[in-house]
Amino acid sequence: MTETKHADWAPLILIAALALGALPFVGSLSTWVTLTVAGLAMGMMIFVMSSGLTLVFGLMDVINFGHGVFISIGAYVALLVLVPLAAWGTADSLGLNLGVIGLAAVVAMVATGALGYFFERVVIRPVYGQHLKQILITTGGLIVAEQLIHALWGANPIPVRLPETLRGSFVIGDAAVERFRVFAILLGLAVFAGMHLGLNRTRIGLLIRAGVENTEMVEALGYDIRKIFVGVFVAGSALAGLGGVLWALYRQILVASMGMEMMVLIFIAIIIGGLGSVGGCFAGSILLALLANYSGFLVPKLALVSNIVLMLAILSWRPQGLYPVARR
Amino acid sequence: MTAPLLSLSGVHTHVGRYHILHGVDLVVPESGVTMLLGRNGAGKTSTLRTIMGLWRASSGRVTLAGENVTQRPTPQIARSGLAYVPENMGIFADLTVRENLVLAAREGEIDAERLKWVFGLFPALEKFWALAAGALSGGQKQMLAIARAIIEPRKLYLVDEPTKGLAPAIVANMISAFRELKASGATILLVEQNFAAAKALGDTVAVMDDGRVVHAGPMAELAENAELQHRLLGLSLDRHQ
Repeated sequence: MTETKHADWAPLILIAALALGALPFVGSLSTWVTLTVAGLAMGMMIFVMSSGLTLVFGLMDVINFGHGVFISIGAYVALLVLVPLAAWGTADSLGLNLGVIGLAAVVAMVATGALGYFFERVVIRPVYGQHLKQILITTGGLIVAEQLIHALWGANPIPVRLPETLRGSFVIGDAAVERFRVFAILLGLAVFAGMHLGLNRTRIGLLIRAGVENTEMVEALGYDIRKIFVGVFVAGSALAGLGGVLWALYRQILVASMGMEMMVLIFIAIIIGGLGSVGGCFAGSILLALLANYSGFLVPKLALVSNIVLMLAILSWRPQGLYPVARR
Repeated sequence: MTAPLLSLSGVHTHVGRYHILHGVDLVVPESGVTMLLGRNGAGKTSTLRTIMGLWRASSGRVTLAGENVTQRPTPQIARSGLAYVPENMGIFADLTVRENLVLAAREGEIDAERLKWVFGLFPALEKFWALAAGALSGGQKQMLAIARAIIEPRKLYLVDEPTKGLAPAIVANMISAFRELKASGATILLVEQNFAAAKALGDTVAVMDDGRVVHAGPMAELAENAELQHRLLGLSLDRHQ
């Protein structure tokens, strides 16, 4: 048993090349560090919000335009913890600060996971295999959910206060690195590591990877792909809810459309990553955010089109995305 | 002839608006190899897909070991004791050889003795155990597809054109593997275009044309009758042996 599976390092080298290549143009090391950390944090948040969607698409060919609902709902549900436990957030204690975020994240994930279960049964299930209807009905679901948020929490933006110890910056040399961004990077890495381990070291993970590639064969081996898909949909919705909490803390303001506003970035991330690939989604999200940050600093007008330029470049290089899934 | 393990009676299948199978009657006896032959487009692959429930029969009855499985979902049919090797092999290219086989072992653990036996049939799989299945050669992929079907004992193995496009040495390896599987008492329904391979393996044969079975009987009878072969399959044994 000698031969082993080889990793594809090219997309990761591309990320490193982009970051290092930007350094001489940025000029100042401290500015570059700030831009890079900000880009990585943004990339991680996009990854957390989009990782579930790429699996949902990969597993059952479901185009869910309503994915943004879970981001918005996650953020708003977090208020149910963040507001009554505001004292934990303002306390000068890392434990209490992380505790309130952790509790908000758990409540948001449970709520969005449950909503995901309902959404899959009521909205998605009747339109399996019908892409046009999927786009229409999931967009409809998104609109309904946004209006529900307005009805429940009002139409006005709601401010969110970042817990005390995550406010401010670490100063490393001349570079200022926002604490919350470091937190977002660590959380994003933890989510990626958890998903990577889950998909590669567990039987259910194997089934999900196999299902993304060939659903019919998974069924022919005796596994009910629908049940697996429901599980993935619920987990993906919960992750979007977690992403919503992060996004809310980052923006420090809530609006009902915050999830929908992220959908373009999320779709670009999962397309350039390779539909169905979690690793690709991770690399794609980071590339997207880093390029937006560097281009926004160097050539602000380019920032308006950097996402599209990146997508064109990546798809010209690898038409199926950075880490193409075998079937696609 | 022993009792049938699988039988199809009057099975019709529609795919979209196309009427693919036009009343298939087929009997697969327990133990041994039943060859399913026929020209391209005769309905052989459609018959296997219908048995597996990948395409639903619009009418007729599929019976496995006395149980009607016609309208059951594919996972249930598979768990009734069927293993399926599709024409395109259906291997999971992004998964390693090991992971492909682990998935086929439904209880989660591969039996060590069985794995040793499979490695004996297909030594390449042991060598490339940790390699992504997509990196294997065509012949090795076919070996993996068959290994995945036989990694645990099943009542019936449905195998669709396992020698298609393979080099003669690999075909010989496949034939020898099926002989060994057959010797273990397995029941196999094998779709094959290679008549020499069919003759070498088959105990019984069913020939399909235009979505129905037009001939069924012992393989030896067809193998010895050149006129019948020519009429049913449009081939001359001289050219295919």
